[in-house]
Amino acid sequence: MVTPPKTIEVQNLRLAYGPKEVIHGISFDVRRHEILGVIGPAQSGKTSLLRCINRTIEFTPGVHLQGAVRVDGEDVQKVRDVFALRRKIGMVAPLPVGLPLTIYDNVAFAPRCSGMRSRSELDGLVEQCLRQAALWDEVKDRLKTLGTKLSGGQQQRLTIARALSHQPEILCLDEFSIAIDPVTTMRIEEVLKELRKEMTIILVTNLVQQARRLADRTMFLWNGEIVELDRSDVVFSEQPRDRRTYEYVNGIFG
Amino acid sequence: MTDLAPSPAVRTRPPGRPRWAVLGEQLLEWIIRLCGISAILFVLGIFYFVFAKAAPILVSGDFSLREFLFSTQWYPTSEVNVRYGTLALTVGTLAVTVLAMLLAVPFGLGAAVFVSEFCGPRLKEILKVVIELLAAIPSVVWGFIGLTVMKTVIEKTTGAAVGVNVLNGGIILALMSVPIIVSIGEDALKAVPDSYREAAIALGTTRWQLVCRVLLPAAKTGLLAAVLLGVGRAIGETMAVLMATGHAVNIPHSLLDPVRTLTATIAAELGEAPEDSNHYRVLFLIGVLLFTITFVINLTADLVIRGIRKK
Ligand SMILES: Nc1ncnc2c1ncn2[C@@H]1O[C@H](COP(=O)(O)OP(=O)(O)O)[C@@H](O)[C@H]1O
Ligand SMILES: [Mg+2]
Repeated sequence: MVTPPKTIEVQNLRLAYGPKEVIHGISFDVRRHEILGVIGPAQSGKTSLLRCINRTIEFTPGVHLQGAVRVDGEDVQKVRDVFALRRKIGMVAPLPVGLPLTIYDNVAFAPRCSGMRSRSELDGLVEQCLRQAALWDEVKDRLKTLGTKLSGGQQQRLTIARALSHQPEILCLDEFSIAIDPVTTMRIEEVLKELRKEMTIILVTNLVQQARRLADRTMFLWNGEIVELDRSDVVFSEQPRDRRTYEYVNGIFG
Repeated sequence: MTDLAPSPAVRTRPPGRPRWAVLGEQLLEWIIRLCGISAILFVLGIFYFVFAKAAPILVSGDFSLREFLFSTQWYPTSEVNVRYGTLALTVGTLAVTVLAMLLAVPFGLGAAVFVSEFCGPRLKEILKVVIELLAAIPSVVWGFIGLTVMKTVIEKTTGAAVGVNVLNGGIILALMSVPIIVSIGEDALKAVPDSYREAAIALGTTRWQLVCRVLLPAAKTGLLAAVLLGVGRAIGETMAVLMATGHAVNIPHSLLDPVRTLTATIAAELGEAPEDSNHYRVLFLIGVLLFTITFVINLTADLVIRGIRKK
């Protein structure tokens, strides 16, 4: 089998908040157009890892970062245009953050920031992203209402639409289902199955079964170290490589 | 955990707090309600007091409201030709205030954005202390600066005959309003949730886009409050403008003309006017006029903000 090209390479990444190291030198790759599931108990460094990839980590005072994160072969610490890097990556936070704007403006925000002015172009893009996020039919008649007026699940899909609006190559989702109901979760999972055809997805999830359902490969991150990273059918089998994986996946600890 | 026996006993004594706690809470609630209402009472009370002092002039025969509002002739102490026209004073107040705001609002909001978003933590601490110090300078001192330093600077640089004029008063008022605008504006920006910042940055915005498209709109109510308090300070300021504007009844035609403001007129003349004379009452009527101007400004700003929010 030919290994697909790598989109993200993480090499010996160490991250510390002040004196407290929370990621202890991990290395892994994310392949093009795969869904990489990341599971692990709270506080194991999943969110921090995502923030290293799009470099929003640098807004936290006192962080120290060693090692390298490469996106498309380019070290993110050394990229010339960090804004372009961030536009390459769509980020969905655990709790939906509706910017205090209308539904339309939320989705049109990033395109406008990168200079798209034409009304028809924006209209088209907004519709496309809302459709991709399976939200279009529910909001198409009230694009001008505030995004915060939507229900939690709708808001989460709105943030997904917004993350898609700058046409990223990589989509990172951080425990997106933490505050939404199972039905909406399943709808978004369907959305992700569609999106995987077009982009690379890192799916950090608190629901072990979600990784099993969606991820091509799954990484078990625990206390800032990779316990196991393998094809999902291996990780979720009766005999993963590490005993702790089996115990975590089956709810014996964690 | 498993002992269920005491549950009937619990049922016989309803879960209630002692009587005094309930009463105390009610009392506290009333006190708080009173505090809230007292703000309204004070405003109404002040308005009533000022208006009551001014009212007799309104019904007296030798006074015309038209003249009061639209005449530029202010000869309150003249023996033969008494005139109570405040147009020049109103225009003087507005000229100085508008100039002060044109200078102070962009500068103050800019500084607020800088302090809140662009500077490092050390510099931020220093700047905040300095700004608070600036806000605490008494207005007489500002007036003194206007009368001495600013006057010479203006006379030297513009060649104006007298350095106490609209420009001088406007600059002094701007300097007095800026600290208020900065500190309240900075609070308003700080109150914008960090999650907005993170979300916008993750979308690839630059710092400027973040400020202009997210932070300023999100903080607009607080920023408007900052500007309004600045305007309030400028309109209500007396001592500094009395000293810095030249105190000449005059409709200004350029920045270098001296003017007189409503507040300065009250301050300068109320002591001399015999109690319950027409002059005395007209000065109180000027107070009512000031009240009205600030009220209209606040109301307009409020409606504007509401309009923006609806949009
Ligand atoms: N801004 C921060 N400042 C200091 N410590 C942090 C910060 N964010 C996260 N941490 C610490 O980093 C560790 C990993 O956190 P996080 O990346 O949020 O894990 P997860 O997303 O897996 O729950 C935790 O121990 C947490 O306390
Ligand atoms: Mg997390």
